[in-house]
Amino acid sequence: MAMLQIENLEVSYGMIRAIKGISFEVNEGEIVTLIGANGAGKTTILHTITGLVAAKAGSIQFEGKELTKTPPHKIVAMGMAHVPEGRRVFSQLSVLKNLQLGAYTRKDRDGIQKDLEMVYQRFPRLEERKNQLAGTLSGGEQQMLAMGRALMSHPKIILMDEPSMGLSPILVSEIFDIIKSINEAGTTVLLVEQNAKKALSIAHRGYVLETGKIVLSGPAQELMDNDSIKKAYLGE
Amino acid sequence: MSFISFLISGISLGSIYALIALGYTMVYGIAKMLNFAHGDVIMVGGFVVFTAMSTMQQPVWLSILMGMVVCTVLGVTIEKIAYKPLRNASPLSVLITAIGVSYLLQNLALLIFGSSSQTFQSVVSLPPIRITETLVITGETIVTIITTVVIMVGLTLFINRTKPGQAMLAVSEDRGAAQLMGVNVNGTISLTFAIGSALAAVAGVLLCSMYPQINAYTGQMPGIKAFIAAVFGGIGSIPGAMIGGVLLGIIENLSRAYISSQLSDAIVFAVLILMLLIKPTGILGRKLNEKV
Repeated sequence: MAMLQIENLEVSYGMIRAIKGISFEVNEGEIVTLIGANGAGKTTILHTITGLVAAKAGSIQFEGKELTKTPPHKIVAMGMAHVPEGRRVFSQLSVLKNLQLGAYTRKDRDGIQKDLEMVYQRFPRLEERKNQLAGTLSGGEQQMLAMGRALMSHPKIILMDEPSMGLSPILVSEIFDIIKSINEAGTTVLLVEQNAKKALSIAHRGYVLETGKIVLSGPAQELMDNDSIKKAYLGE
Repeated sequence: MSFISFLISGISLGSIYALIALGYTMVYGIAKMLNFAHGDVIMVGGFVVFTAMSTMQQPVWLSILMGMVVCTVLGVTIEKIAYKPLRNASPLSVLITAIGVSYLLQNLALLIFGSSSQTFQSVVSLPPIRITETLVITGETIVTIITTVVIMVGLTLFINRTKPGQAMLAVSEDRGAAQLMGVNVNGTISLTFAIGSALAAVAGVLLCSMYPQINAYTGQMPGIKAFIAAVFGGIGSIPGAMIGGVLLGIIENLSRAYISSQLSDAIVFAVLILMLLIKPTGILGRKLNEKV
């Protein structure tokens, strides 16, 4: 049984069917990426998994538990973190307070302190700026804060939504290296990206989304070699 | 000397506005709505304390406690029944509902207590302090100012040092992101209404002790003034509500003393209009960040 199993998921915004019955799975230890153009429904899928948007039909099972029937604020405590599109750090709060909010559902003080040190080790710039307001950070630093904040919940799986958005090519590479190392440290990753090339280069498997439907799936290398994907997403 | 005495009573009146404004500003910041029934919760608090003291002959502390408990339950219930079903409705629907709740509370009070004003027995038994022959500070003034300072310090500590307080800040900035941190948004909104309403009860008691009368409309004008104070200080900002409330009280009292007692309300509203023209976000209001 996969760690995260999505079956026949449908989501609508009013009359518009955004997700038209999709199924996919994420196994423990994997990086799985959902790639697709703007408006394909990638963000909607992540929002539905963590309960920001309600599913119309279908099921989302995380370690055998049904998420569509779980109150959204209880999902984090089950071991699922979500780094939202556009980072959405709390700009009026300090970097440290943002990280502490990441551990909002935890009560193990020692564990939280340990994870804080781990986050600082991974993102030294966050420690340098821990008393600065998050809104004053650069885009790349805010992305790191959003990722650090997610790590503070000590998740089993992290959902990442467009982590490369708006960043310079050097920073994009840095962020993808970090995602890879987070995964190697034992956290499963579900990655949503428009930058298909980068995403497929670190992922184990991928799914290609077009207007609310999965049109292709397979091992990342296989997708990278696929001619139609090369044309549509990799710009070759 | 008379200037100082006007100033002090202005601070005292402003303290009450600040306590009420805190309820407006917290609810606005966290639930993103204007709770125009908030002023009438003050009146309910006043009536509960009035009934407990005069009719039921209870001690002052118990009466105040009863007022706070009733208002807390009332505030949370109003939110659950009237506002929560409209969480995703247009702001106009919520605003109209809030005005409806306000009329409901006023008319219920009319039904129960009648339309004539009742004499409210002050809860303060402190004697006035004579500093000089002309400078006399009443017990009510002292108690009001001290109570407000204690509440403000307590509230600031609560917001900045406790988990529920941090959850409130998180929800006020980004409800969705707060939910992703595992914050129970509905619970946080309920807590906000609870705190705001308990403060309204305290404000009601202090107000009725200062102007020892109570009727169904007692909360109306102070409610509007406190709303102005919240906007003046920057709606959504807690320190803004405190500063806005105290400033407004001082402005109102000084203009009543030196300009015209009939015009004092008009001056207060004019100050709001000026503020909105010069700095629409209020004294401490946040600049609206465009979301990218």
